[in-house]
Formats: sequence, structure tokens, C-alpha cells
Amino acid sequence: MYTEKVMDHFTNPRNVGEIEDADGVGTVGNPACGDIMKIFIKVKDNVIEDIKFKTFGCGAAIASSSVATELIKGKTIEEALKITNKVVIEALDGLPKEKLHCSVLAEDALKSAIEDYQKKQNK
Amino acid sequence: MKKVYLDNNATTPLDPEVLEAMMPFLKEDFGNPSSVHQFGRTIRVKVEEAREKVAEILGADPLEIVFTSCGSESNNMALKGIYKKNCNHIITSQIEHPCIIETCQFLETHGYEVTYVSVDKYGTVNPQEIEESIKENTLLITIMHGNNEIGTIQPIKEIGEIAKRHGVYFHTDAVQSVGKVPTKVDDLGVNLLSLAGHKLHGPKGIGAIYIRKKTRMHPLISGGHQERKRRAGTENVPGIIGFGKACEIAQREMENELKRLTSIRESLFKGIMEKIPHVQLNGHPTNRLPTTLNMSFKYVEGESLLINLDLKGVAVSTGSACSSGSLEPSHVLLAMKIPPEIIHGSLRFSLGRFNKEEDIDYVLEVLPPIVEKMREMSPLWEEKKTVMGK
Repeated sequence: MYTEKVMDHFTNPRNVGEIEDADGVGTVGNPACGDIMKIFIKVKDNVIEDIKFKTFGCGAAIASSSVATELIKGKTIEEALKITNKVVIEALDGLPKEKLHCSVLAEDALKSAIEDYQKKQNK
Repeated sequence: MKKVYLDNNATTPLDPEVLEAMMPFLKEDFGNPSSVHQFGRTIRVKVEEAREKVAEILGADPLEIVFTSCGSESNNMALKGIYKKNCNHIITSQIEHPCIIETCQFLETHGYEVTYVSVDKYGTVNPQEIEESIKENTLLITIMHGNNEIGTIQPIKEIGEIAKRHGVYFHTDAVQSVGKVPTKVDDLGVNLLSLAGHKLHGPKGIGAIYIRKKTRMHPLISGGHQERKRRAGTENVPGIIGFGKACEIAQREMENELKRLTSIRESLFKGIMEKIPHVQLNGHPTNRLPTTLNMSFKYVEGESLLINLDLKGVAVSTGSACSSGSLEPSHVLLAMKIPPEIIHGSLRFSLGRFNKEEDIDYVLEVLPPIVEKMREMSPLWEEKKTVMGK
């Protein structure tokens, strides 16, 4: 049911962990729904220098988080905001229909981390 | 890689003895049991012998056994086939198999009224609630014997007595329990009982329904004299032969297997409790099918555990929404009022005749590091650790 890419990211997830002095943190999802994604970003000169994630969820949720962090690392904030769930799905060579929401969760978690960063910048 | 199959409530491997019994009927013994010539007549004898074996495990008369294609068909037949003048109320529970619940929902759109009784934290129905739900127009009570997800065994005998007292038909879905625990129809006090071949090391595509004498039923499939006009269609002869053999073996082995499976299931339970913190048992602690262990691993999601176990050769199932395709977590665990986040972390281990103690040793070796790895990745685990540290 999962592509090789999904299985690869699920079994060897990239960028798992936390950033203690993160510039932005985004948490989306709800344990009652079965998914929670937390993304931490470190930004320097408008570039996402480092990114880490923690996810409670199924194989697709973990793979979506992992591939999203890989796509975003080294990108500017503007470039990162262009990473939509479609980009995540493509990078995974597709997700089963009932798992498409996992990719949306990855997009939302990233946007929420960037919003958090921007809010802190404007203070 | 070692392979350990612990999903026997989904389906069981065919017993080699069953396969051997079936083989001639897939080859030279091909006749139609309804034929008058010798090709048919010899098969008829074998089909009736198999019917006797199925009847025996239920303590029933062979005339009371109707072969169907599967457990779902038997359950559909019980609900759609039973009738009594001016009666259109059915009582069932919230933890039945979808083929009961969805058929009840279908009947509700066709003028029936259905009461879905609740269960307690162990997944057991309350017979008193059933009795209080009985009305003038109650036609049928249908309550499963052993639950497929948690294994909890229902107080069928007690409900049978209530049904009898009120003159209401009583059906039990015994698909998971036949061949594992005693299922004599007179002890259970049922009018109707469903069973299926592939859950007791028989073939797929064959089921049966026990219909107590004098119970009036419409056929679900009409247009033939087969099964005494109760189920039309040429008989699945190899399936019937295999089913008969499977019942014969299950009956023969039941006493020993009940003890053996309970013992290895308890080894698995104790091992998990010792090696993995923050786990809970779902289901009744003792009054449970010997084959079934359902546990929740808090702070992690079940499907991710299932896939990791699969990569190690271990097959289990989960009550998490993420594996059902419906995004709804297990209706059984929800009915037991287990919080959704705990349901998402549930795994069902279900054992069968071919599992050995060393299978359990292997699971206890591979499972703890998987749970640990997934917890390290979980934001809920991080929060939990922070709270505990304070």
C-alpha cells in the first residue's frame, strides 16, 4: 500500500528530534485524531538552516514529516512557504487516498512553525 | 527472516489434515451432490458426513445446519431471514462485527427498529439492559459470543434465558469462538448461531448457520432445493468437506488447545507488561477467548507499530483509524469508552493452532525496541517525560 519512498522515509526518517533554541515551533493535529506533528526551525538570514520534527502518527504521517523537513532544509522562508502538500505527495511518489491528509498536516505544521518564527521576529 | 503470524482472528492457516481431506473433491470427486447418478450420490454422502461433524461441535442435529458462503452471509441470513408476525424490533450491541451493525442499519431504513446496547469497560454487555430493551414487537436479540477485536466472551447463556422467557428469537455470531471454546447450542440457549470455516483452520468461502428446529426463516438466496430450500446454490463441496474436517479436529484438540493457547497468550501479556512501560490491556482480563490479546501502547500510533513489526516478519492488526481506511478508530474500543488516543495505539495479537511459545519469545525480542523507537519520535512521549521529570 505504501511506495518505496514512503517506506524509506518511514524506516529511516530524516531530521527526527528537537531544536532546543528553535526560532519557530509549529504543532498541528490532535491525539484523538491519531496524528500530531511538531516542527522546529532554526532560521539565519532568512534561510531555514536547521529543521527537526517529532510525529505521533501512522507510517504516512511520519514519512510526510520526514520528506517535508528534507525539502525545506536550506530554503528561504519564501521558498519554504511554497512547499504545499502536493509537493510532499510527489516527493513520496504518492500516498494512499485515505492518507492524503497526512501530507496536509505536514504542510500545516511547517506553515505554523514559520508563522511562529515571524511572530517572534515582529516583537 | 523469521515469520510469526499473530493475526488468526483475521484468518487462520489451513490445517494440512483439512487440505488432505479436501483434495479428492478438487480433483476426481467433482460430482454435484444433487445429481441422481453415482457421481453425485457418493458426494452427497460425504457432504452429509461433513454436516454431522459441524453439527457435533455445536451439539446440534445435522438437520439444523445450513451451509453458507461465509460468516457474514450467515449473519445476514439471521437478521434478514428471521420473521414473526408484527415483530420488527431487533436488539444488538455496539460491539458487533460490521456485518451485523451495517445490516441492522440497512434494516432500519426498511421499517425495522434497532436497539444497540452498551458495554462496560471490559467490553461486556449487561443482560439486564437487554431485558429492559425488550418490547412487545421485539423479534430478535443478536449478541456475539466472542469479540473479534478484544476477545471478551459475552454472557450468552444468561441472555438466552432472558430471550426464552420473553419468547424472543436469539442469535449469536460465534464466528470467533467456535472451535476455541465450548459452543454447544443448548448450553448457550440460542435459536441461531453463525460460524465460518476459515477462522478454525478450515478453508475460506464456507460458513454455516445453525437454525434451531421450528425457527421460521426466509432464505437469503432462493431458487433451489439445496440445504432444504434454505440456501439455494450448488454446494461448495470442497469447502464443506474441509469445514467438516476442521470442526472434527477443533473438537478433538479443544481441551488441550484451550490450555496451551491461554498459556502462551499469558506469556505474551506478561512479557509485554514486564518489558514495556505505559501499556494497557483492552478487553476482559480473564473471560476472554484464549486466542486474543489486545493491548494499547500509549504515546505511539498502532499502524506505525504494525508496519515495523511486519518488517520484522510479525503479523498483527490494530484498532487505529490509520489502518482502517475510514479514519474512524475501532468502534469496539470506542464503545468501551477508551480514549481515542489510546485506541490509536492498540495492537491485536491473535493466536492459532500453529503458534508456538518461541513465536512469543521472538515478538518479545523485537517489539520493545520498536515501541521505544516510535516513542522517541513522538511529541506525546516527550511531553509525558517532561511531566514525569517535574
